[in-house]
Amino acid sequence: MKHVKTLNTQKLQQTVKKGGCGECQTSCQSACKTSCTVGNQSCENKEQKAVK
Amino acid sequence: MRRFLLHQYKSNGLNIVLDVNSGAVHLVDDVTYDLLPLYETTVLGERSEKTKEELSEKLREENTAETKEAIIEQLSRTYPKADIEEALEEVKQLEQAGVLFTRDEYEDLHIAHTEPVVKALCLHIAHDCNLACRYCFAEEGEYHGRRALMSLETGKAALDFLIANSGNRRNLEVDFFGGEPLMNWFVVKEIVAYGRALEAGHDKHFRFTLTTNGVLLDEEMIAFANQLLPSGEPQIANVVLSLDGREEVHDRMRPFRGGQGSYELVAPKLLRFAKERGQKNYYVRGTFTRHNLDFAEDVLHLADLGFTQISVEPVVADTNEDYAIQTEDLPRAFAEYDALAAEMIRRRKEGKGFCFFHFMIDLEGGPCVAKRLRGCGAGTEYLAVTPWGDLYPCHQFAGEDGLKIGTVTEGITNTKLREIFSKVNVYSKPACKNCFAKFYCSGGCGANSYHFSETAGDTLAHKLNQPYEIGCELQRKRVECAIMIKAMESSEL
Repeated sequence: MKHVKTLNTQKLQQTVKKGGCGECQTSCQSACKTSCTVGNQSCENKEQKAVK
Repeated sequence: MRRFLLHQYKSNGLNIVLDVNSGAVHLVDDVTYDLLPLYETTVLGERSEKTKEELSEKLREENTAETKEAIIEQLSRTYPKADIEEALEEVKQLEQAGVLFTRDEYEDLHIAHTEPVVKALCLHIAHDCNLACRYCFAEEGEYHGRRALMSLETGKAALDFLIANSGNRRNLEVDFFGGEPLMNWFVVKEIVAYGRALEAGHDKHFRFTLTTNGVLLDEEMIAFANQLLPSGEPQIANVVLSLDGREEVHDRMRPFRGGQGSYELVAPKLLRFAKERGQKNYYVRGTFTRHNLDFAEDVLHLADLGFTQISVEPVVADTNEDYAIQTEDLPRAFAEYDALAAEMIRRRKEGKGFCFFHFMIDLEGGPCVAKRLRGCGAGTEYLAVTPWGDLYPCHQFAGEDGLKIGTVTEGITNTKLREIFSKVNVYSKPACKNCFAKFYCSGGCGANSYHFSETAGDTLAHKLNQPYEIGCELQRKRVECAIMIKAMESSEL
């Protein structure tokens, strides 16, 4: 595209089907303890990652 | 009607567009940047869900053609017509591809915690501390109660409770927290040993984490925490090391009980801890307050000391405290985040990059939608355990009247409380409805919401669903910076 450069190739919608396994880290166990930082946690679902 | 949500902003010379519901980030030129709001109000604004379904294809095409002409007319004073038409076509393609003006399809997902699964515990291994940090929400470690150390028996019972309540979750997390957990080091080590002995028989994997001020840290502790398991993971999978930044900043807020500063003692030890675990699986973690709104200097100081994994967070404090961040401090804090982001980009180019926790963002992966809606899981999958074995919804609620949710030996006894927490999510918070950052913070910290809710007599559910606005403002700024950094990296390719 000439006018738009999209940075990511994956869409959040794609995680609906296989997501929600709950194996990922609880955000407060990482570094915060006073905020909620789910956006920077890693996905630990191999099936989900394969979808991506 | 299912809504789309777009966030446009300019940062560091870039035009950035975040399509909230798909998570897509676009870098656009000026014509597209100016076109998007017009497209939103003219094309999409007239095309409600009802009309979208009811209008015939022909009528829809005519409608779009009409609005397209209106957009071209409006922008043609600034941009060549051919450019506007090209940009319009690209916007349309992106919309059709599901990465622009994406509708919110998540609200109907079954996001409540239907099965009572617990996967993470914060063990208050010591309700006592050897520092007297001025901003401590734990009241110098005592949490509205008396000083106490957790017994090994209670620690073991906590792990038994976790395994019994974790359903089919394999990865279980246990954080050694305080007060200061190294004041009860023997019990920490024994709980780790107990957990490891339980793993194989229950098909579970414990990830232990430790949050420490470093005062008591010694070689034996460092070696124990850093020793590698056969999987390659350290015995203590992640450590959070409390250091606020510059010596005078740290010492002002983190003195010993006698008043003398702690920086000189702890900084070298914490750095050694980080280096000896290969500069991985840790965060040096500071807090900034109204007294150091130039906190980028503290982040850079930590980087200059040799730390590469850095988290410095805004203090959360009663607004009456002299160090509490006030609404009028926000512009200064925003500017500081911008300065930090710019400096991080500069340093990365020079090969001196470091990781700042709050600017981490994964545009190719990251958590799934379900995780982003639920948030931290406080009161459901994440609980805090006091030295006496009482369970609370999270570490920040420990000792709060009426918020005890059970005990490690009896299990969850206050199921009504758990139910209230299980219903807290992005969609239960009206203020999050139109916020572009909602899928990065899940509506923010419930404890902050609870403690800052200004309406006395409100129900617990109401309090939990009123986000702490100063925290929200800072969170939004951090998300903008994080995306900008990714965009800069991308534009250098």
